[in-house]
Amino acid sequence: MGFFGGLATGVVGAFSEAWAEVRVHRGRVLLSLIGVGVAVCALTAVVAAGSVAEQALRETSERSGGRAATMGINAFTDDGSILPAEDIRTAFRTAVDRYDIGYASEHGYGEQQVRLPGGRQSVPTETVDIPFGQMHRVPLLEGEWFTTSDERRLAPALVVNERLWESIGSPDLRSHPTLTLSATNEVTAVVVGVTPSPSFDLAPSMFMLASQARALQSPEQQALYGTPQFEVWVPADIAEPLGARLSADIRGQLGDGVQVDAFRNDYGEQNAESLRQVQLIIGGIALLVLLLGALGLVNIALVTVRTRIREIGVRRTFGATAGRVFLAVMLESVVATVAAGVVGVMLAVLLIRNPITTEFLAQGITDVPPFPMSAAVVGLIAATAVGALAGLIPALVAVRVKVIDAIRY
Amino acid sequence: MSIIRLEQVSRTVSLPDGAPLTILDGVDLEVFEGDRVSIVGRSGSGKSTLLNMLGLIDSPTTGEVLFEGLPARSFSSAGRDRLRGRRIGFVFQQFNLLARRTALENVATPLLYDSGVAFWRRRAIATRMLENVGLGDRLGSTPERLSGGEQQRVAIARALVRRPRLILADEPTGALDLETGGTVMELLERVANETDAALVTITHDPNIAARASRHYRLDAGRISDRVPAGRY
Repeated sequence: MGFFGGLATGVVGAFSEAWAEVRVHRGRVLLSLIGVGVAVCALTAVVAAGSVAEQALRETSERSGGRAATMGINAFTDDGSILPAEDIRTAFRTAVDRYDIGYASEHGYGEQQVRLPGGRQSVPTETVDIPFGQMHRVPLLEGEWFTTSDERRLAPALVVNERLWESIGSPDLRSHPTLTLSATNEVTAVVVGVTPSPSFDLAPSMFMLASQARALQSPEQQALYGTPQFEVWVPADIAEPLGARLSADIRGQLGDGVQVDAFRNDYGEQNAESLRQVQLIIGGIALLVLLLGALGLVNIALVTVRTRIREIGVRRTFGATAGRVFLAVMLESVVATVAAGVVGVMLAVLLIRNPITTEFLAQGITDVPPFPMSAAVVGLIAATAVGALAGLIPALVAVRVKVIDAIRY
Repeated sequence: MSIIRLEQVSRTVSLPDGAPLTILDGVDLEVFEGDRVSIVGRSGSGKSTLLNMLGLIDSPTTGEVLFEGLPARSFSSAGRDRLRGRRIGFVFQQFNLLARRTALENVATPLLYDSGVAFWRRRAIATRMLENVGLGDRLGSTPERLSGGEQQRVAIARALVRRPRLILADEPTGALDLETGGTVMELLERVANETDAALVTITHDPNIAARASRHYRLDAGRISDRVPAGRY
């Protein structure tokens, strides 16, 4: 039996001893572990709830403001006169090409008259370019986001929301369902994708490619909704200097008397930061509860070790080394707290994954993220650390037991 | 072949007032393979300290303890612990069984500190050992459910489960009635014979002492050589 064989039997033996001890004293162990289990549950639940809420916040933010770092670019005149949208568009495109920015889109709002089974209805429409889908991580329930082939279609392409899709009977997109838009003329548009609607989204809405939407809108309609916003998605670390360059470039193209602003649209980052602070506070409280639980555990473990002095002495006569006794007593505590930790984590999963909490935490998002593995890992690490800390003092006491005195104890 | 040899072993401790107290004084003793040794003495004569020396639990203040020819002080603390586990078995007066553990778990416990096949097969080995001491039908009984004699049989099985070369029995029949004590000693000797282990018995009881082949008396820390049988 080599070194590794000896090591294996030593470790397995120490675990067996620890488990036997926990099993024999299960009543005491259970009582002492309630506090640890509850604290681990609280800690895990806080971390998990924070992660789910952060994910929800991020998703919502990404959809409205874009992924990090999405920058909005606005142009306006010093005297308040309206700048022609086409001028801004051309200047924006030129600047984007010059800086070789792969993800750029305009983002405008408008509406289209759509013939629906209930009659003609005005449907809010967001006008975008193809990269917008990726920049805002637009989720799709059916079909696909716009592609370059959609730009070449003679019939405009539409990505509709779930409500609009339902109002036309949720047709299979492989059958190329169409909608009739009433613009200057009646136009048939093809539905290529469906976005999921959160519970609060009750009304039909849709996306259209900006170039196709412009072709349908009269200059009066375009003026009604104002100049669209232009966005770029760039690496976060160069967002600030690049934004300054872009605004200077566009301002240069548009001439004197024009101001251009470039600003971060992705507000989710800041909100996530404030959420993290709340998480830290609650996590800190849970950690305190955990430490209190550990103190109780140390107390009970110390008393228990004192009642086991004779047993420790007897084990030493069987050949248990001081190191082995230390490991066994320490492991008793760790095995117990890890068991409590597993229960605590399971409770936290139940707490976070039940429909009521999920609805509360993940309001507005369609894909509720799974229970974060990091939260479970944090809970288990905390339980193990508490077990090791609580086991340390009794283990030191056990090692100092003198075999002679212990047998006569 | 010598298993353990004590050469001029003395053990002195300090009393609370600082005065030295000699517990063992120049003890010479050698135990051989298959030996049957008894040591008698009054309370406070140093019997338990001598047993601790033989069991490598305590170290002498002066003198030398040689185990299988090697000085015990040359071993590290952990090395001495491991050697004790492999080579020495203890039987105590109060049995010292682990409470709330079954007889099988008690007998298997020393094998937890083995690092060979015996570790992995500890339950099977412990079962065989308990069958050998006539407790094959009490494997699942906890000490609370066993009689004194049965508890001592479990303790004997536990002491011998790692097949030690030296068995140290400290008043093994002290907590038993005369008849049960006799039966337990017969068992202890039989199992020791099977493994060719040396048996050192420390006792007050002349009848138990008389069962050994070599007899010693301990008096105020000094050992008297080879007391003839019948003169205690």
